[in-house]
Amino acid sequence: MYEMFAKKRVAVIGAGMTLFRRNLKETGKELAYEATKMALDSSGLTLDDIDCVTLGTAPDAFDGIHMKGENLLDGAGGWRKPYSRVFVGGGTGVFTAESGWWHVASGLFDTCLVVAEEKMSSCFPHPQYAFTTIFDPMMDRPLGINLVWIFALEMHRYMHVHGIKKEKIALVSVKNKGNALDHPCAQLPEKITVEDVLNSEVMVWPVQRLDISPTSDGAAALVLASEEVAKKITDDPVWIDGVGWCIDSTYWTNRDLYYPKYVECAADMAYKMAGIRNPRKELDVVEAYDPFDYKELHHIEGLRLCRKGEAPKITEEGVTQRDGDLPVNPSGGLLGVGNPIAAAGLMKVCEIFWQLRGEAGKRQVPGDPRTGLAQAWGDLMQYGSVIVMRS
Amino acid sequence: MQGLGCTGFKSVTPDLSYKEIMFEAATRAYEDAGVNPRRDIDCFITCAEDYWEGFSIFDEFVPDQIGAVLKHLFTVTADGLYGLATAYMLIRTGHFDTIAVEAHSKASDILTFEDIVAFAIDPIYNRPLGGHPYYIAGLEMTRYLHETGNTREECAQVVAKNKKNALRNPYAGHGAQVTVDDVLCSEPLFYPLNRLDVSPLSDGCVVVVLASERVAGKFTDTPIWIKGVGWNSDTPRLETRDWGRAVYTELAADMAYKMAGIRTPLDEIDVAEIDDMFSYKELQNLEALRFCGPGEAGRLTEEGITDRDGSLPVNTSGGLLGVGYSLEASGLQKLVEVVLQLRGEAGPRQIPNAETGLAQVWRGIPTTSGAVAILSNSA
Repeated sequence: MYEMFAKKRVAVIGAGMTLFRRNLKETGKELAYEATKMALDSSGLTLDDIDCVTLGTAPDAFDGIHMKGENLLDGAGGWRKPYSRVFVGGGTGVFTAESGWWHVASGLFDTCLVVAEEKMSSCFPHPQYAFTTIFDPMMDRPLGINLVWIFALEMHRYMHVHGIKKEKIALVSVKNKGNALDHPCAQLPEKITVEDVLNSEVMVWPVQRLDISPTSDGAAALVLASEEVAKKITDDPVWIDGVGWCIDSTYWTNRDLYYPKYVECAADMAYKMAGIRNPRKELDVVEAYDPFDYKELHHIEGLRLCRKGEAPKITEEGVTQRDGDLPVNPSGGLLGVGNPIAAAGLMKVCEIFWQLRGEAGKRQVPGDPRTGLAQAWGDLMQYGSVIVMRS
Repeated sequence: MQGLGCTGFKSVTPDLSYKEIMFEAATRAYEDAGVNPRRDIDCFITCAEDYWEGFSIFDEFVPDQIGAVLKHLFTVTADGLYGLATAYMLIRTGHFDTIAVEAHSKASDILTFEDIVAFAIDPIYNRPLGGHPYYIAGLEMTRYLHETGNTREECAQVVAKNKKNALRNPYAGHGAQVTVDDVLCSEPLFYPLNRLDVSPLSDGCVVVVLASERVAGKFTDTPIWIKGVGWNSDTPRLETRDWGRAVYTELAADMAYKMAGIRTPLDEIDVAEIDDMFSYKELQNLEALRFCGPGEAGRLTEEGITDRDGSLPVNTSGGLLGVGYSLEASGLQKLVEVVLQLRGEAGPRQIPNAETGLAQVWRGIPTTSGAVAILSNSA
């Protein structure tokens, strides 16, 4: 599999996103529309030029709408078009861009609109209640388990295996919230210190308030086109050269949580497709999934950008700073920009698009980046989705 | 299409969990296709909606029982035919050789089916109206019959035909000998729909294995070829949709016909499995698929053209009326019938010399989305 005999190269030619906020007044449909409009406008196309639409949005339970994809259809521009929705939990945002890729790479469509929407604020009193229904009703739910608990288990395991101190992990939160100061859509941009993180409220040890991304409303969108069409529209396309995804076993209690094997498997699929042999050398900018600060470190290791247990070290050395050798989350990531689940993942793909086009403004990483990667993580600590793009 | 596995469909499966029916269908499919899922399958697609399952992020609970642990799997939240179309696209990219598509129903686990469907209704404009959401089908049927001149009796004829066909299908859970009068005299539910006009629910699971042309010969001598796929959506809004026509079926069919090079469906298609969640839907979809003009589907049915021994056999499996509506597995259930017919393995309901078949599905109340697939036993 993955041989390079595919004829069709797929380009990203436009991107857009809404503000990310705890509680936006717009409905889900309206958020999807805003992001879609911005992406279309930036590409110079109109909805009439779009051949098909693919949507990403995370649990229906947030909005309390069964078949949420069908409900969002008109807001996302899917009316009287081939329209469908993919769903892989937290990995959905990046994966939606990957689904756009196969719509065009198959040769069936010349243009594809990729939309990701999330409205978490509809869930009262807090979206965390919706997350209680992601667990197995017989094995896990009776424990009264909560999402932050299981990530605390994972964080603890990661710290224990490699002997990592919380101070080192907190650096990620400091970096990302700082980067978000330059993002016009960001929800929690902040200049903070490691001390602030360590002194913030303990949620479930070792997870503290400033280790976690917020819950958010928001949407993001991309316009994809075949090579033929892209070359007519823009001199500056960004190519999707590799896509990868992987799922691990449902039984997370039977896995060693210190390392995200599924992210490695997804990355290997994308690297192979993109012809990348040494990701650390060949990637110029990376958006790794950071709903928690330790997750960025976890994922840098899973993406094979450093050896297992070394991510805190390269973070401390400043390698992952925006002006470092390998900038990670120059957008501000989920910790800084916000975490409307599916939209947050697609925001990362948008960021790579803007970085590779040199359109990231104050967030632009130096040195004319040519190759970028966005990654997301989902389901029960079991899903990886990875996309590699080149300018 | 290399192989398929099906558990059969029945109204309850108290002995098996959703994971166990998926395991059963997957095991049968891999055996039928001659593949080892751990070695030979590049990608797995599951088709599921959270609310049917009673989970958020159902994707989590899929990999182990179908052999996809640490492999490439994802969820399409739609009917199994959307999964088929997605697999078709992935294979066409040239990066994938074999893909398994899974869809299942454990409708018997749903204690409050009506309420779950109601959650799909727009929460601001329409949900406050209350009532069982199937009233939308009653409204649509009224409008459809009014616009086309098809009759209530012709709809009942569809029920009699499909439930009778189901008696010859071991996979079907709701076969029966009923007459037009039985249908017309059954309990009124959502005017003008009576109890027998509405598909009953079924449990069941289908897994199909697809392969690229390149490796097709490796596993089987008699593949069935996918000639075209199409899917489309009209508006989700009740206020602005076309109540008389199935616009989504028309557009999905246009796409699939174009891909398959089909100009006159009535002449070129030998066997069709068409969405019949409600009796009138079969007629409406027959017209949308351009097997006949608007208002002619009732006559086609009355004349026996869509009977098992007619010139265009429709829903030889028994359709959703006879097999049961199996949530997101409905489309794959129809696909299974088409494949069995094209392989010549449909037993007592076999259509002679079937070469090209069509499967079509609608995503049900309150959606205006649907998909079409066209298959053939010759490349």
